[in-house]
Amino acid sequence: MKAPSFEYAKAESVDEALELLGRFGDDAKVIAGGQSLVPALNMRLAGPSALIDIGAIGELRGIKLDGAVMRIGALTRHCEIMASGEIARHVPLLAKAVPNIAHEAIRNRGTIGGSLANADPAAEWPACSLALGAVMEIAGQNGRRKVSAADFFQGYYTTAIEPDEILIAIEFPVISADYRSAFMELSRRKGDYAMVGLAAHARVSGGVFNDVRLSFFNVADRPVLAVSAAAVLEGKEMSVQAVEQAQQALGDDLDPLGDLYCSPEYKIRLARVLTGRVLSQLAAG
Amino acid sequence: MSDRPGISVLDRPNSYIGRTVERPNARRLVQGRGAFVDDMKLPRMVHLAFCRSPYAHAEVVSIDKAEAEALPGVIRVVTMEDLKDIMTPWVGVLDHLKGIKSAEQWPLANGKVHWQGEPVAAVVATSRAIAEDAADLVMVEYNELPPVTDMMTALDPETPVIHKELGDNLCFERNVDEGDVDKAFAEAAFVAEETMRFNRHTGVTMEPRAIICDYNPADEVLTLHMAVQCPHMSKNLYAKHLGLDENKVRVICKDVGGSFGIKIHTYSDEMAAGAITVLLGRPVKFVADRLESFVTDIHARDHVVKARMAFNAEGEITALDMDDVTGIGPYSVYPRTSGIEANQVVNLTGGPYKHRNYRCRARVVFLNKNVMCQYRGVGHPIAVAIAEHLIDRGAVALGLDPVEIRHRNFIPDDAYPYTAPSGAIYERQSHHQCLDKLVEMMDYKGLRAEQAALREKGIYRGIGFVSLVEVTNPSPAFYGVGGARIASQDGCTIRLDPTGGITCITGVTEQGQGTETIVAQIAASAVGVSMDNVRVITGDTDVVPYGGGTWASRGAGIGGEAALQAGKELRKNILKVAATILQSDPEALDIRDGAIIDADTGTERMPLSELGRIAYFRGDTLPHDVQPELVVTRHFVSRGFPFVFTNAAHACHVEVDIETGMVKLLKYWVVEDCGTVINPLLVEEQTRGGVVQGLGPALFEECLYSDEGQLQNGSMADYLVPMAAEMPDIVVGHVETPTATSELGAKGVGEAGTAGAPGAVMNAINDALGSFNVSLADMPFTPEKVLRALGKV
Repeated sequence: MKAPSFEYAKAESVDEALELLGRFGDDAKVIAGGQSLVPALNMRLAGPSALIDIGAIGELRGIKLDGAVMRIGALTRHCEIMASGEIARHVPLLAKAVPNIAHEAIRNRGTIGGSLANADPAAEWPACSLALGAVMEIAGQNGRRKVSAADFFQGYYTTAIEPDEILIAIEFPVISADYRSAFMELSRRKGDYAMVGLAAHARVSGGVFNDVRLSFFNVADRPVLAVSAAAVLEGKEMSVQAVEQAQQALGDDLDPLGDLYCSPEYKIRLARVLTGRVLSQLAAG
Repeated sequence: MSDRPGISVLDRPNSYIGRTVERPNARRLVQGRGAFVDDMKLPRMVHLAFCRSPYAHAEVVSIDKAEAEALPGVIRVVTMEDLKDIMTPWVGVLDHLKGIKSAEQWPLANGKVHWQGEPVAAVVATSRAIAEDAADLVMVEYNELPPVTDMMTALDPETPVIHKELGDNLCFERNVDEGDVDKAFAEAAFVAEETMRFNRHTGVTMEPRAIICDYNPADEVLTLHMAVQCPHMSKNLYAKHLGLDENKVRVICKDVGGSFGIKIHTYSDEMAAGAITVLLGRPVKFVADRLESFVTDIHARDHVVKARMAFNAEGEITALDMDDVTGIGPYSVYPRTSGIEANQVVNLTGGPYKHRNYRCRARVVFLNKNVMCQYRGVGHPIAVAIAEHLIDRGAVALGLDPVEIRHRNFIPDDAYPYTAPSGAIYERQSHHQCLDKLVEMMDYKGLRAEQAALREKGIYRGIGFVSLVEVTNPSPAFYGVGGARIASQDGCTIRLDPTGGITCITGVTEQGQGTETIVAQIAASAVGVSMDNVRVITGDTDVVPYGGGTWASRGAGIGGEAALQAGKELRKNILKVAATILQSDPEALDIRDGAIIDADTGTERMPLSELGRIAYFRGDTLPHDVQPELVVTRHFVSRGFPFVFTNAAHACHVEVDIETGMVKLLKYWVVEDCGTVINPLLVEEQTRGGVVQGLGPALFEECLYSDEGQLQNGSMADYLVPMAAEMPDIVVGHVETPTATSELGAKGVGEAGTAGAPGAVMNAINDALGSFNVSLADMPFTPEKVLRALGKV
């Protein structure tokens, strides 16, 4: 478990990082917290010709509330999000999700941008960003562009980031007071990738659900919004019947693949259980 | 002498026996100042990485090492052709396992590969990283052969035979048929029957296997720095297979980061390292990384057992009948064999109970998977789970409480010594006492009331019991009689140092369980010094008395008794010298807290440092006929019984989420009888660690192989070891029934936790789901399996 040899370059600015990416070409990999990349290197599952370390680029770090937008720098660590009062107040789904991310040691090093750019279908942040309609800001040689979460995740470990681009920041809409969020995942052991997880977000007023967003993870090659189940719930009050209908409708939304420990049927079953539990949480506030 | 009537050597004034004391080595380890093999650097040392088979079964057509050898930093790529003249192959059989067979095994592939991960070529380089780079460049052409991966069809005539020369895929078979089993089943009031599956899993030691082999051609001495449980066994094997003088092989084993039975076996890659140091005449280091550990460290268990138990109307077991198939790897592991586990299942199933009709067939079959061999609790978890599951089924059918049915069936207290129908002989056990204490500790009645109340609310909690026997303190009956040069005796040398402290040099080894601590406690107590003044040295075959090391729960019972006898003898010798100096009678003196005292009054007469000064530096002042002998060695081998059995009662409390199938461990209780408790905290730590290592395979751990023989989860990301967050509080209580086979009276305690936990979890889950009329007996109990049993997937 020794990494194959590679070139290493540390960028001091976004421009320098982009310049290095251009110089080393498609074989280069950007390293941030290294929580997924370093094990992959050591297991020789990844063999980039060069690592471009963006860890020292200060402008990529930090949480900033800007009107109706919560902007989180790509290098912001999971533990910083966990400690942020502003996040808890204005984007509570993130605060609910973050304790589920791996273990403390990993949360201390891993970054939100790294997790999103890695696009592991079992990871928490991609599902949260999809549920909340986050926007990713990406920098390239030709300037910066923004991509919605819905367009950002394109498959297993695949995103809209081009080989010569870097994820800069993620913008989450600030949540208004009549919205509620809930997060739940089922894993064999605390800190493991979930067997199935659900990040949910909805407007709940007078007991009635509107604008329901149910974002499942580890059920496909990317996070999946359960639109049929959400449609069933639209304008309804919480009831056993409504929950059952939503659970039923998941059959149209999800077509999970099995993995080492869970068959597709079991994953669907867990998705339905999570739906029931998460809706109860949303309804209860 | 101080051993006045009524005061045994164990409860002398200031005795450390039975006391929780700090581990003398803890501070060093937590400060990161341990000395593990990987910490060592020797001059001119080179590193090994292996090119390993990607296939479970294949012919090796060709090996092209040119590109790898051209890589800068690579010294040589070694294949079996290079080693054939240097060493001899080995075969993992023992004489007393009648009919056991295995094939010749070499350190590197000899024309064929038999499991995914088998070493094919060894790359020697100036760093491990370069060696790994080069291993990727070794071009091996394989011709794939059909793999044998299903133990249930391995013996079918149409299944390919892995080793043609053996004729079939059967490694070993043992049959027992005692009493009249058929009659008992014909007359039974109830028969419980189940097919049970015990998953293949592995040890996952925190420190992987590690070895530095250093052959000096000038004096023909081979020094092995090794993470190993049994240094003298390794010394013998390396000498034997490398054709060296055994006296010129030295094994040095300093700190070892966990072993659990992983580090008592012969591994191809480690033997290759031994051959390569002879080939090159320079030190060779091999440290297994986590990925190769998963495909080469011995795996454990992997049994399918069809079993049935007959009961009479009173709930008494009248017969047990079972058929065990266990799938090992392509070889029986050398030198302990892969037959011992099945043999233990035959010996121990139903061990606590008095039934006299017992039939068992155990078959050990070869597979194209990684090798399987002795791991913590060898065979016990299977033996315990089988009987304990069936007895619970009997209890349910006959309307008895699981505690009551066990009491009705335990071997009566006045029947000891007792010979079980399998032939196992028990000196004395305390099943009733342990179970009574357990029930009290856990507030059984309260838990049952809570269970019923919560059931009303849709919460499913269950309580599972097991009672068990465990093999410890083995006599030569384990390996010696089978022809293996694995010592069952052990020795301890204790020296009084001139400063008044003592140095203990022991043949048993430390891998984290506290061996050094208990040896220090015993020696300090036996001699009469403070533990602060005791230094313990282990693990160097040039220094320590010849002994077996630490395995099969023998460290405390065997090594501890040797330390006790050496300490007593040293005290006698010291008192002889003291009596001369003090013009007293040895009988009138004693040693307490590092000083010679008057035995009657406790008045201090002379510190040991003064005695040491005189004995070592002023012998001229002593009479001519007094020669101080202040170094004593004593050995001990367990005799009278083949094994000293311990016993225990466990209970596990779980909650099953019937919507997800997830099992939550709420609490765990153990009452353990390991005879004399030397250090209660260490006994509890061993018990808790053991329980966790049994909870792991019950709920999480499994080596998942594809039909092609590929290990699919061989990394820490995919193989689920038990983690702290999921583990329950484990409460431990003690009952002490000392063994009369030694003066110390200590039995082993290292494995009983692992033996009991899987069965206890299984019984608890089935108890929780009792109202659904399901029976789960296929480990591990993954959430999906639980839901499938409930018909919800």
